[in-house]
Amino acid sequence: MDNFTFGITMIIVGMGGTILTLWIMSLIMSLLTKVFPYKKEEEPN
Amino acid sequence: MLDAVINGLSGLGAGFVSLHWSNPIMIVIGCILLYLGIKKDFEPLLLVPIGFGCILVNIPLAGLMEEEGFLRTIYDAGVITELFPLLIFIGIGAMTDFTPLLQNPMTFLLGAAGQFGIFLTLALALILGFSKLDAVSIGIIGACDGPTAIYVASKYAPHLLGAVSVAAYSYMSLVPVFQPPIMKLLTTEKERVIVMSSKGLKPVSKTTKMLFPLVMTVLGGLIAPMGLPLIGTIMLGNLMKESGAVSRLTKASENEIANIVTLFLGISIGATMDGRAFLNPQTLIILALGFLAICLDTVCGVLFGKLMCVMSGGKVNPLIGAAGISAFPMSARVVQKEGLKYNKKNHLLMHAMGANAGGQVGSVMAAAVMLSVLKGMGII
Repeated sequence: MDNFTFGITMIIVGMGGTILTLWIMSLIMSLLTKVFPYKKEEEPN
Repeated sequence: MLDAVINGLSGLGAGFVSLHWSNPIMIVIGCILLYLGIKKDFEPLLLVPIGFGCILVNIPLAGLMEEEGFLRTIYDAGVITELFPLLIFIGIGAMTDFTPLLQNPMTFLLGAAGQFGIFLTLALALILGFSKLDAVSIGIIGACDGPTAIYVASKYAPHLLGAVSVAAYSYMSLVPVFQPPIMKLLTTEKERVIVMSSKGLKPVSKTTKMLFPLVMTVLGGLIAPMGLPLIGTIMLGNLMKESGAVSRLTKASENEIANIVTLFLGISIGATMDGRAFLNPQTLIILALGFLAICLDTVCGVLFGKLMCVMSGGKVNPLIGAAGISAFPMSARVVQKEGLKYNKKNHLLMHAMGANAGGQVGSVMAAAVMLSVLKGMGII
């Protein structure tokens, strides 16, 4: 594989993959914060 | 008898005779690193052992990096095996509070944007004629994350390890110097004064905090398996912290283990800075590219912050985008300081901490994605 193809692939797949993964993570964590909301009882005494 | 005395005396001062021209220069560089660490407080935990290791390895005939030399033994045991950066990651996970990130999960995206400098610099390094794996190791300086940079460089370009590590740690400590001008340049006065209240940030349950490292490990590992050692170790440390069930292990990870490994890691990285191999134009180019990578991270983070500002109808202050890098919590503090500079009542810290924690996760994820893409392309 030539350097040009490699560079472009890394930019597209690398940047795209990173942002896609973290976007999915943000959705999952948003869901989890709704499913397991904070309760007052969790406050340390 | 006389011959024996003369021969014996010739052994004394032999170091001076064997001194290569590059060795004194590297000893001075080692002293500069010590000065930066001790006097200027720039990442002293790393720069002091690195600087001293650099001095040690540039004294000829001691054989510290030769077979069975003590620095070589440490290097082979922990750097070549990638053990040291991974052990440090357990400590980082145990020290990091991801609550601000979980309070506002959209800041994950700022953590992703803050890694774009890695890929842009990688492309630039290729244009400058570096090989593919060398370019990957140079680009990873943009993760602004020492252990990640060391992990990747030691695995795929060990000959660049000294330059890459020194660049990663030195530039990380320069975040308060180079970020503010970039932030100012890329934002308007109107954007900089946008108030982001922390009142809307709700507390996060302990269950969610414990599920985060598990979800991150499983999902991140399935998407980018080549980066699982990085993701897994940082998340193990965080799970131990959040569960509270193994406080002894958590304390050991963030104190004893992290301290011992930092010492060994620093001194063995310094030991790779032998003047004969280190002093060349390539090193200067790597240092310049590393600096560019970290600046590009800030640029991309702020630009993404501007995009979020537009999409949210002006509710997001783009300055927090600058905190989407892995220099935790230094970068968040810079954002807080800059925010206050333009609006005395604007406390951006909690939002910036979210972006900064996102940057921690983002740097690890970016490295994991990069390694997995390389594996997919059959390059590693």
